[in-house]
Parts: sequence; C-alpha cells; structure tokens
Amino acid sequence: MTAPLLEIAGLTKAYPGVVANDTVSFAIRPGEVHALLGENGAGKSTLVKMIYGLVRPDAGSMTLEGAPFTPAEPRAARAAGVAMVFQHFSLFEALNVAENVALGMEDPPRPRDLAQQIREVSETYGLPLDPDRLVGDLSAGERQRVEIIRCLLQDPKLLIMDEPTSVLTPQEVEILFHTLRKLSAEGTAILYISHKLEEIRALCDAATILRLGKVVAECTPREVSAAHMAELMVGKSLAAPARAATPPGAVLLKVTGLSLEPATPFGTPLRHIGMELRAGEILGIGGVAGNGQDELLAALSGEARTTPGTIALEGAQIGALGPNERRRLGLLCAPEERLGHAAAPDMSLTENALLTARLRQGLDRHGFLNWNGAQAYAEQVIAKFDVRTPGAHVAARALSGGNLQKFVIGREIMQAPRVLVVNQPTWGVDASAAADIRQALLDLAQNGAAVICISQDLDELLEISDRFCALNEGRLSAPRPARGLSMEEIGLMLGGAHDMHEADGEVPHVPA
Amino acid sequence: MFRLEKRPMPSRVWIVATPVIAVILTMIAGGIMFAILGQDPVEAIRIIFLDPLFDERFASFSRPQLLVKAGPLILIAIGLALGFRAGIWNIGAEGQYIIGAICGAAFGLAFYPSENPLIFPGMVLAGLFGGWAWAMIPAVLRTRFRTNEILVSLLLVYVAEAILASAATGFLRNPDGRGFPGSRNLSQHPGTDNLELVAGTGMHWGVVAAFIAVIFSYVLLNRHLMGYQIKLAGQAPRAAKFAGVNPTRLIVLCLGVSGALAGMAGLFEVAGPAGQISIDFNVGYGFTAIIVAFLGRLHPVGILLAGLLMALTYIGGELAQLMLGIPASAIQAFQGMLLFFLLALDVLSNYRVRIGREVAA
Repeated sequence: MTAPLLEIAGLTKAYPGVVANDTVSFAIRPGEVHALLGENGAGKSTLVKMIYGLVRPDAGSMTLEGAPFTPAEPRAARAAGVAMVFQHFSLFEALNVAENVALGMEDPPRPRDLAQQIREVSETYGLPLDPDRLVGDLSAGERQRVEIIRCLLQDPKLLIMDEPTSVLTPQEVEILFHTLRKLSAEGTAILYISHKLEEIRALCDAATILRLGKVVAECTPREVSAAHMAELMVGKSLAAPARAATPPGAVLLKVTGLSLEPATPFGTPLRHIGMELRAGEILGIGGVAGNGQDELLAALSGEARTTPGTIALEGAQIGALGPNERRRLGLLCAPEERLGHAAAPDMSLTENALLTARLRQGLDRHGFLNWNGAQAYAEQVIAKFDVRTPGAHVAARALSGGNLQKFVIGREIMQAPRVLVVNQPTWGVDASAAADIRQALLDLAQNGAAVICISQDLDELLEISDRFCALNEGRLSAPRPARGLSMEEIGLMLGGAHDMHEADGEVPHVPA
Repeated sequence: MFRLEKRPMPSRVWIVATPVIAVILTMIAGGIMFAILGQDPVEAIRIIFLDPLFDERFASFSRPQLLVKAGPLILIAIGLALGFRAGIWNIGAEGQYIIGAICGAAFGLAFYPSENPLIFPGMVLAGLFGGWAWAMIPAVLRTRFRTNEILVSLLLVYVAEAILASAATGFLRNPDGRGFPGSRNLSQHPGTDNLELVAGTGMHWGVVAAFIAVIFSYVLLNRHLMGYQIKLAGQAPRAAKFAGVNPTRLIVLCLGVSGALAGMAGLFEVAGPAGQISIDFNVGYGFTAIIVAFLGRLHPVGILLAGLLMALTYIGGELAQLMLGIPASAIQAFQGMLLFFLLALDVLSNYRVRIGREVAA
C-alpha cells in the first residue's frame, strides 16, 4: 500500500447554528478515485472548499505528500497540486477556449503555445476540444472539458470534481470516465463528489460517506450495492417509489405541431413538437439542459402563447390562453428555477402560495385577497409535504433548495390538477425529499391526473415514467415505453449532442 | 476588512431604523458642510428642522406651509411608488405635473368668468386627465416599441416646460394682464380657486387628495390583487409572468396612475398656492417626489412621513437662506445628502456587516 497523497485528520468547520464538518478524517492515495458521498447539506462542499483553500478549517489538519497542507487561498492550493472543477462553470462565453484557459492560469504561455498545449492535452486524454472555438458555441459537456483541461495544464496531483456528470449525456459521461481512469492510471488522485450511486460504483476505488457533517462510513463501492450506499447516506432505508399498474385513460393533453421561436436570443426554438398524454400516466421527457426544456414548459404553462390548434386540453384549444386561464382548466406547472420563477424570493410562503393557487383555491374576492385563506393553504402545503420551515411567514429565499422545491411541487399538487407539468422536480433536492416528491407525482397519476416530468436525471425518469421521450435541440422524439429501456438506447434518443465519440487520438481540426 | 452577508430575511428593525439613521447622518454631514461655509452648524440645523415649527416669529407662516408643500410631494410620490415597486421608472412626474396644471387651468379659464361650483371639480378631472395622457406617451412607446420609459418620461419634462412657456406667454396669457406673461389668477377667482379648507393650517383639496391617495395605496398594496401583482412584477418579473401578470397592462396602469396623480397635484398647486400658470410656477415637486418615494421606502405611510420631512427641509432651507445667507445650492446639497445616506444604508436591511475575511460555504 502506497503512502497517502492527502491525509485529512479531524477537520472541523462550524457556521453559526450548524456544524458543517465535524472531525472529518480520511485519506486519498495517489492514483485513487475517491468518492465523497452525501446528501445536500451533508458537508461535502465545505470539505472540498477547505481542501481547495476557499474556507479555513476551525480545527484539524491536512497533510499533502507528508507535509502539512494549509492553503490560505485557492492559489496556494493550486500551487501545491490541487485542482478543482466546479459544478458551475466560470467561463466567458464571448472568449474562445484558449483565452478562457489562459484567464485561469497564473502566468499563461503565449497564445500559440497555449493552443498547442491544449491540443496535446485534449489528444492525450481523449477530450476533443478545439482551442479556437468560442465558448458560447460549446455544449455543456464541451464547456466542462475546458474546465478540466484548464486543471490538467497545471499537472495536478489531486483533481476535485464536484458533481461533474449532472450536465452530461450518458455518452459524454463515458468519455469523461475514460479520461478520469486514464488520469488515475497515471497517478493523479481524483476526489469525486456525486450522489449518483451507479456512477460511483462504476468509477471509484473508495468512498467516504458523510452525513450531517460526520463521516458515517467508508466503503469500496464496487463491493457494495447502490441501495446499501443510499442507506448509509440517508441513515434509513429508502422505499423505492411504489405504483400499481393502471390502464391509461382518456387523452387529456394533446400537442400537435408545436413550433415556437424563443423569447430571447439565447433560447432554443421548439420544432414540431407533438405528444399525447393520457389520464393516469407519467410522460418522462429527458434531455440535456438547454435543449428547449424551459421553452416547452413556457409553451405549456401559457407564459408563451402558441399558434392556434397546437395545444388542446381535454379537447379544448388552449394555445391562446394565459397561465391563469389554463390553471382554471386544470393545467398546472412547476418550473425548474425555484427562486425567481416558481417562487418570488423575497416574498413569504403565504404570498408565494397565492402566486399560483389563487384561482383554484378561491383566495380572492373581486380582487381583494384573502390572506388568511392563503396562509392556511400555505400551512397545509407545509404540513402535507413536510416542508421544513419555521412558518408560512418566512421568505422563500430563506428555505433550502429541497424544502422550497417540496413547497413548490406541493402547492401545485394540492390544487388537484388534471395535468401537471414539472421541470427538474428533484434537482438539488436530497435523496429522501426526492423520493417523497417522486412518490407524490406517482400518487397524482394514480388518482387519474396526467403528469409530464421534464428532467435531466435519467434514473428518475426511468423510475417514474410510463413512457419516455427525448428533447433534443427543440425536437421531441417519439415516445417509447420506459420499462426495459436501456441507458444506451436512451443515449441514442438523446443523440445529436455534440461529438459523441471520443477523439481517436485526433482532434477535430478547424482551419483558422 | 468588512464583508456583507445577505440576510435570509430582510431585517424589520433596519427597515425602520435606516431612515432615522440617514436623517441623523445627514444632519452631521450637513453640519460639517455648513461649518465649512462659515456658519454655526448647530444653529443651521436648528433653523432647518425646528424653527419652522416652533419659533414664534416664523411658525405662523411656516406651519401651514408644511402641508402646502408636503401635499403635492406625497400625492406624486404615492403614484411614483406604485410604479417603482413594479420596476417601472417614471422619472417624468414633473412633466405630468406641468401638463396636468395646464389642462386643469385651461378648463377653468375656458368658463371664465363663470363661478359655477362644478368648474373646480371639472378642473381636477382635467388636470388628472392631462397628467395621465402625458404619462401614456412613455407607456405606449414602451409597450409598443420597447423604448426606455426612464429616458422618454424624463425628456418629456423638457417638452412640457416648453409647452408651459408657450401657455404662459401665449394661449393662456391673461388678456387683462397688460402683456405680462402668466394666466389669470385662478386662486383669487371664486369657482376656480383651490381654497384653504381650514384657516391657518395650509389644508387645501390637494392635501385631502394626498391623504386619500395614501389610504387607497395602502389598501391596494396590502389587500388587493393588483398591489400583489405590482410587488411581484418588481421583485421577480419571471414569477409574475408565471402568475399570469400581464406586463403591458401593468406598465399602462402604473404609468397612468402616477401621471394622473401628478397631474392632479399640478392642478391643485396652480389653482391654490401658485395661483396662476406662469413660466416657472413649477418648483420641481415632480423630481423631489422621487426622493420622497424612496425616503418613504415606497410604503404609503413612509411616504406620508417622508413628504412631511422633505417639506420641512424645504421650508427650513428657505429660512436658513434668509436668516444665515446659506446659498440655495448648499440647501440642495443638504437634501441630496439625505437621499444618498438613505440609499447607502439601505443595504443594511438586506445584508449584515461582518468583520474579517472569509468565504461562506
């Protein structure tokens, strides 16, 4: 057994009211792919921020290659050989790949040399990327490659990756894993943060599981089941969403030939979308972000009006109706962006209950608002969906992402919709809350409503959907029964994503 | 090093405390300025804030002036605050105020020398309509052509001033005025005069309208769907659209209401305290009302108090000019400080200051 590359002993960090990390200890060996597992709020981010020099620990020590390691800032961490790829990219869309990489370097080489280096690294590690392309034109997967290559140029000993696969297609995930395995074989250690258990089982050599700031277990992912790791993470066994098979009912929502120009220059146009949604079914719509998900939700919610004859709810044409008229007819939506779209950040939960529930819950009379009624409704949602908050008077922005999401989904479900459209219903939500939300969607369908679930989480879609379609560049594929669909087939349906295949030692060359 | 940390909820204490602290800081900074100008700072501050109300020599004249000046400020600021809450920036209330005054005065003068009691209500409606119509120009341009209402409404102030000059020297000029610019005196003619309702208080119909506007605006913002939509549109435009708020309707409504109230304020002023349409009867109430709206936190009750405070600094400022010879521009700088400190301190209601350098997780 080789000596550990990074050893962490008794690391503790407390914030007012919460201990984010409580005497956390573990070690990473050179070349090891080490998973850091935990629910949201378990302390993963704080831990890696301490390693990367963004946060200073209150107590405990870190040792890198046998020497004490106390990075005061990210620059010091980078100099010591620690690199990090964040979940959210920090790239300038108007600059090209090489310029973006140069911006992140301490003393960048001359542009021509840098472009050459980028080509070499991207060739070596099978990450196809042209240094002259504008970042604005790149897919999410390609943008991530820019960040990875920026790190690799520093020749790191330890590479930290925060939820790297959340924006990737299955094929892109394969490419990424190939790269990471190669790095690992060369001796680079990788600290891999994720909550996707199957990925961790496929990739990682060791896993440290955090719960409420403490290390609760260490395991070898290949040797244990995903369910076991989930239990360690959550601290209790999770019931898989249960559902009884129901025969599909009458067609509730019918979309035919829906095309829509985007409202903003950076939006995606919708092209000839057609679908049929029956009572009692859940239609899963998968796809990588930015392929028209927001636009599709806007077209269904009524935020964007569509040409007549394209959207029918229970036989009635609704393309020209606004959001409230559609709500009156029973078509409800929960958008992806919780703060600012589904809810107003600075308003209380009571005020946010009013946002969509006014009509169906009768919360106004001749325009005069029934605040008591709104508060009562907000409290019902809070109670029924286990929203953790001191009360309905709290501002939406004070809630954690998962709690606000439960409130937003609960607010729609408790209005007894005929059709519910949700976009990314469990994004950033911890595992047990996500399971609750999925179960609530299944129950809703069970009771005869129809649900459209737009999501990038393919496991989630396979778990709850009856039928599955892929949304790609504004086009919707034909639906297929979700049962028995393999990841490969889904990957092909999602297809069309930018260069799927690994570069076989060759970088696509664009003449200057 | 100081660091700002966002509060999970806006602090109620600070929302109330910041205007008070801003006033105190203005007194301190203003006092320093007055001291540099060679005046006794304590005396200057006393003359501005206390003498207009409590000094026996001035109070009989100054006290009624408080309501006379606060009335139009409050009336205009209430309308502006609705728009500001919705993220609709009407900067041209001064123009709507002028056009409202011209329309109302023209209506009254059209019936001269009739003393019919219906003329004054008609003038109020004409003033209201004039201000509304002037505000509809930026509203229509914004909703149809996506022009910026800040620029359009502001530039229309200068157009309105040109129309005012033409009215005072041309179509509304007093035919019996021996060629001097300015209209007939409305306040000295029964039927067109905006009376002082209670002698010695400065209370006129415009002040009554301002109080009514405060109450209506309070009910609208706290109890009515329209007020909810206004707040929602200002705080989270995307959520507002999701909630079914029609942005076009909201723009037309907010600009219309603020224009109508400013137009009414103009009429009350021209038929009362100012007395006649003259080239410079407007004294910048439309602009000062913007300060009043923010000083009052865009809240109806806050605006009521802020309007009174602002009126006080006007009256006290004039008194200080008179008594101490402080230049008018120093008084304006003093009023500017008030807005500056208020906006600077505003940060504290949403952020707390931490000392030390650290990045939060």
